[in-house]
Amino acid sequence: MEKINGSQAIIRCLQEEGVKIIFGFPGGAIIDLFDALMDSDITNVLVRHEQGAVHAADGLARVTGEVGVALLTSGPGATNGVTAIATAYCDSIPMVILTGQVPTALIGNDAFQEVDIVGITRPCTKHNYLVKDAKDLVPTLREAFHIARTGRPGPVLVDLPKDVVAKMIDFPEKKPIRMQTYQPNYEPHQGQIEKACKKILKAKNPVLYVGGGVILSNAHEELTELARKLNIPVTMTLMGLGGFPGTDPLSMGMLGMHGSYAANMAVANSDLLIAVGARFDDRVTGRLDAFAPHATIIHIDIDPTSISKNVKVDIPIVADCKQALSAMNTWFNTSSDFNREQVSASHEPWRATIDDWAKKHPMTYIDEGEIIKPQFVIQKLDELTHGDAIITTEVGQNQMWAAQFYKFNKPRQWATSGGLGTMGYGLPAAIGAKMAFPDKTVVDVAGDGSIQMNIQELATAKQYNCPVKVVILNNNYLGMVRQWQELFYNKRYAGTVMEVTPDFVMLAQAYGAVGLRATKTSEVEDVLKEALATDNTVIMDFVIAREECVFPMVPAGKATTEMLLV
Amino acid sequence: MKHTISVLLQNKPGVLSRVTGLFSGRGFNIESLSVAETLDSSISCLTLVTRGDEAIIEQITKQLHKLIDVIKVTDIGDSEYVEREMVLIRVKAEAQTRAEVLRVIDIFRGKVVDVSPKSYAVEVTGSTSKVQAIIDILKPIGIQEIVRTGTIAMARASKK
Ligand SMILES: Cc1ncc(C[n+]2csc(CCOP(=O)(O)OP(=O)(O)O)c2C)c(N)n1
Ligand SMILES: [Mg+2]
Repeated sequence: MEKINGSQAIIRCLQEEGVKIIFGFPGGAIIDLFDALMDSDITNVLVRHEQGAVHAADGLARVTGEVGVALLTSGPGATNGVTAIATAYCDSIPMVILTGQVPTALIGNDAFQEVDIVGITRPCTKHNYLVKDAKDLVPTLREAFHIARTGRPGPVLVDLPKDVVAKMIDFPEKKPIRMQTYQPNYEPHQGQIEKACKKILKAKNPVLYVGGGVILSNAHEELTELARKLNIPVTMTLMGLGGFPGTDPLSMGMLGMHGSYAANMAVANSDLLIAVGARFDDRVTGRLDAFAPHATIIHIDIDPTSISKNVKVDIPIVADCKQALSAMNTWFNTSSDFNREQVSASHEPWRATIDDWAKKHPMTYIDEGEIIKPQFVIQKLDELTHGDAIITTEVGQNQMWAAQFYKFNKPRQWATSGGLGTMGYGLPAAIGAKMAFPDKTVVDVAGDGSIQMNIQELATAKQYNCPVKVVILNNNYLGMVRQWQELFYNKRYAGTVMEVTPDFVMLAQAYGAVGLRATKTSEVEDVLKEALATDNTVIMDFVIAREECVFPMVPAGKATTEMLLV
Repeated sequence: MKHTISVLLQNKPGVLSRVTGLFSGRGFNIESLSVAETLDSSISCLTLVTRGDEAIIEQITKQLHKLIDVIKVTDIGDSEYVEREMVLIRVKAEAQTRAEVLRVIDIFRGKVVDVSPKSYAVEVTGSTSKVQAIIDILKPIGIQEIVRTGTIAMARASKK
């Protein structure tokens, strides 16, 4: 066998796994890997902050479905990545994070730039490794990719001491990975599928409640088939958007805290809830005992810990969403108990009730003439990009308006930090997405607060000729927190007023990007059009109605039927 | 409800902290924990005693199982099992109490493993309740120090 050094072996592993782009930031402990990367065909994107590297890799992973890779140095490089690793962990995003570490002889000695990153990231990675022996490098890397992308995906961190990656090693042949202790179950139990299908046939008011698992397992087609075949209305979580076409008449939009009136009412009145790749998060369920109180619950999820964690499930199906839905479709297609016309017709009254709810309280806002409404900006963005752009977001009101008013028809065109709600996610994630799909329009919907958390990545976008567009919905507030203060804290705006905000137009220009501003509704369309037509990174500063709130809203801890409406 | 859970895991650095981190991070409690190698030195057996309703115990076992380094999780309480704990007790033993202490030790089938002019060190093995019982009885006489191993447990072999 031919001998190569550890860094070269790692690069070869990355190539074996199909990695084309990685995001990194160097330092003493990881120079060897950067050095080896120079001789490879992998694009090494130099970010401006390690959080940006990991978010960018995460953005790439969400839009491509492939494993995102980030490369960080030891100590502060690694700790800077932690927020972004936790972000990926909460949303089950497949990633491999490689961190440099001090030489093995110094580990535990409080050496320069030494932190126990394996210890620090244990609760926010799917798994992690410290490689102490060079002969373990290749097997560990292969295992890391395997763990990251299989089962319920997630980030895996591999800590690489400097001396280990410098050693000469044999590059072992690739064999199928079999881990005694890790064998996720993909195939559904046929008995459970049958039980679920029979239950579905008996339901009068069924609802499909769809989460990010449908996106992760590429199950959108099977889901769409099932919903249409049985005429079952669908609602999506924040993470599930795009899992079912947003413009389909069966779509009720998002549910939960800022979900649609129709979706929340439908769940509350359903007699059967079919949860697919969703985890009954508190932002979805509101007060638990009032969540789907009359419903039998079917839950499909690949992670057994998700099942009956918050809500007791009647028919659990531990399996890959795609396989389970496909098995259900097959059951209906072949069962003599199933008569499509009859079942469809039997759900018409339920659909009519839901349509009434949707008509009574549609997703809407009050027009205020020339005062720019953020919802209008998103609607225009949807219109001008034909609902086909990749949208990333920051966190807060901007994120919720994007979720409510952009009509996602396809999976993997939406990247948002759902579980952790990390401000600063959107811009680097947009860069990751745009690097993966240079021909697609990629837009970060941002708030004036969040955008400042990773604004430095504008330089990365510029350096790699990666023309992402940033829509800042500028209310000059930490708006979502201000909204809570308005509604529940007597309008005491403690710590939410940003008295100093940069001039985003000038800031864009300082980075060599383009800055545009709209202060009136009549300017919105022109600014969007110009930005979309510009072959450069553009920041659009939309000065919006300052105290606009996101509605509907289910106050924390309330039943989802207790919505505050426009 | 008290549950005794047996976990087989890879005998590798950091694995124990994955288990304890899971318990602290998710607010599960650990009443006792004991861990050592199995016959196969690459595998450890960890016995832990915890409390919780059915839903919590279900989460605990599933979450343990989800850890990549965990091989097998058994809620031992689901079957017939034997459990043992050992305690070392240093109890005051002066002229007027020595005989009484020895009598108690004898009743509990304990052993004196260290003697000094003013104390005995006693070893007792048994179920947690037996261990607790001797502690309670010796307390009024004067316990200076105790060390308990925590429970270890094993399912009974099937009788068939
Ligand atoms: C890193 C981080 N810190 C704090 C928060 C809490 N938080 C949630 S929304 C929000 C306000 C965000 O303000 P902005 O980006 O201007 O968005 P807006 O709500 O005004 O649209 C804050 C502070 C968070 N989600 N993430
Ligand atoms: Mg704001």
